Formats: sequence, C-alpha cells, structure tokens
Amino acid sequence: MDAQEALFTNLVRLADDHLILGHRLSEWCGHAPMLEEDLAMPNIALDLIGQARALYTYAGEVEGKGRDEDQIAYLRLEREYNNLLLCERPNGDFAHTMLRQLFFAIFMEAYWDKAQSSSDETIAGIAGKAVKEARYHIRHTGEWTVRLGDGTPESAERLKEAYERLTPYIAELFESDAVTQHNASGNILPDPAELKDEFINTLKPIFAQALLTMPEITTGQSGGRAGRHTEDMGFLLAELQYMQRTYPDMKW
Amino acid sequence: MTDTAEIPLWEVFIRPRNGLAHRHCGSLHAADAEMALQAARDVYTRRGEGQSVWVVPSAQIVASDPQNKDEMFDPAEDKIYRHPTFYDIPEEVGHM
Repeated sequence: MDAQEALFTNLVRLADDHLILGHRLSEWCGHAPMLEEDLAMPNIALDLIGQARALYTYAGEVEGKGRDEDQIAYLRLEREYNNLLLCERPNGDFAHTMLRQLFFAIFMEAYWDKAQSSSDETIAGIAGKAVKEARYHIRHTGEWTVRLGDGTPESAERLKEAYERLTPYIAELFESDAVTQHNASGNILPDPAELKDEFINTLKPIFAQALLTMPEITTGQSGGRAGRHTEDMGFLLAELQYMQRTYPDMKW
Repeated sequence: MTDTAEIPLWEVFIRPRNGLAHRHCGSLHAADAEMALQAARDVYTRRGEGQSVWVVPSAQIVASDPQNKDEMFDPAEDKIYRHPTFYDIPEEVGHM
C-alpha cells in the first residue's frame, strides 16, 4: 500500500463516520423532546457534517481524480462506505442517541487531540477546529448521560437498555490495520488502537456518576471498515442519497 | 414536545464583546444550572454572538409591579435638572 492510498482510505473512513452519524442526528430535527434539544442536536449534527465536508474535500485532493466532496459523499454504493457500525445505529430513544454520541465524541476528542500535531498541515488544521467541537459534544452528552442514569427509574432503565445495545459496537472504534498503521508511522493520523486508555479514562468518571458499570472493551461487532453494514444502513443511504441520485449534479 | 411545566424557566444574559455589559436576550427551560448554560449556548449563541453567558432562574428575579408604575416612575418626570443638558461641552470633547 502506498502513502497516497493509505491516506485517502483513512480520510474517507473518518469522513464517513462523521457524515453518517451527522445524518442520524439530523433525523431528530423537529422531533426532540424539548425545543432546547431540538437546537442542540442539529448543532452537533452540523459540526459533524462540517468535519465530514473538510475530510471529503481533502480526500478528493489526495486522490487526485477530480472528485469533489459531493461526489464522494453521495455517489457510492453501500459496500463502499467505511464508517463505524456505531455511527449508523438507529437513533432509538433520547438516551440511546446521547450514549451513542458520547462514545463517539470521547473517541474523536482523543483522536483529534493527537491529530493536532500531525505532520500533515491540512489534517492538523481540521483537527484543531474539530477537537473543540468534540469537547463540547462530550460535555453535552456526558451531562445528559449522568442525568438520565441518576434521574428517574424510567430514565435509568432506558439508559441501561441503550448501554446494552451499544456497548458491542465500542471495540470497533479501536480497530487497527495496515491503513491506520501506515498513517500512524508517518505521524499523519493517529492509530485508533492507541487511544483506548484515554477513552476509558474519560468515560469512567461519567459512568460512575451515571451509575453504570464500565464495559469490558475486548471484542464486538465489526465490519464497518470493510463495508459490511447493518440492515439499517441501506435505509439511511436511501434518504441521504435521494436528491443526488434523482437529480445528478444538482446544486442549490 | 413534552410538557415543560415541571422544568424550571431560566433567563439568559449574553455579553457580546469585551467591555460591553451582559444583556438579557431571552429565556429557556432547563432542569438545572449546567443544562441551562448549555441550552443557552445552543439556543442563543449559534451565530457567534457571545463571549460570556449568564443564566438566572426566572423565579429569582424580583420585578416591579406594573400597577405601581405611577408611584415608581412619575416623580422623575418633572426633574429635568437631572439630565446633563445644562452644561456647555467643549467641541474637543466630542461625543460623550
């Protein structure tokens, strides 16, 4: 694998994580339990989609075939998306959405923090902006996790159910392969496997307050990086890609 | 939307720039102070309006009674000497 291919593949993986989770969060728009959250969740979604745009644009430059962000984001088949399975999980209830976002934000904060000192200037720039956004996402979803976990019997029950459903998807965050190792060796992008301790250290105090036990992160659901998705992914893409598929190259 | 009757109301004050005072900009519902601060950030500072945010429980604000408007404010009406309009201000001072 050459450096260009490794970088392109890694950038698209990251961009897919952000686009797909951003799309999922945007599904809450107009449906949140209260007006304040109806703004807070789309705010986070827009942060994620903004990060995805920067990553797709840079991936297109690295690839050098003249593809822009829209072509990479919207015109691939399901098996060509390489996002984490966590990011495509359906929203479920509010507790489920908050916990899914908390896991991703804690992981990405550690990731961007490290990527700020990347030898690649574009990546360092994207990371510098994204790390601040991820810190706020941790704060927002972390505070909600605590309040749901230590709230009413119903909120605690629902958070616990979200925990059962989502913990199998944590291990995939830390997967490492030839692509990530290649980029890590050049100090271009961090190796996810090295971020596990930091992830645990950030999650631990939040879970203690939310009265949840820390999960064992060993193995779990996997396949997103190879394009093997859950059943829900096709439905998500049908909505996400509809406009570009129906009106190719449309602009507004 | 769920019933927000049980969730307290908060008043939001935002300071736009250094040197300016916090200004009241609206209200919101939140369960506690930390969530109120975050909601204020999400609802009222989306377009880069803020440098600093204050939130205050609406119930803690003591307001004047509109029925007492006359005794509160009318006595000030004929004290025109309280306005600094009887002084000559030198040109060089400019806009004060």
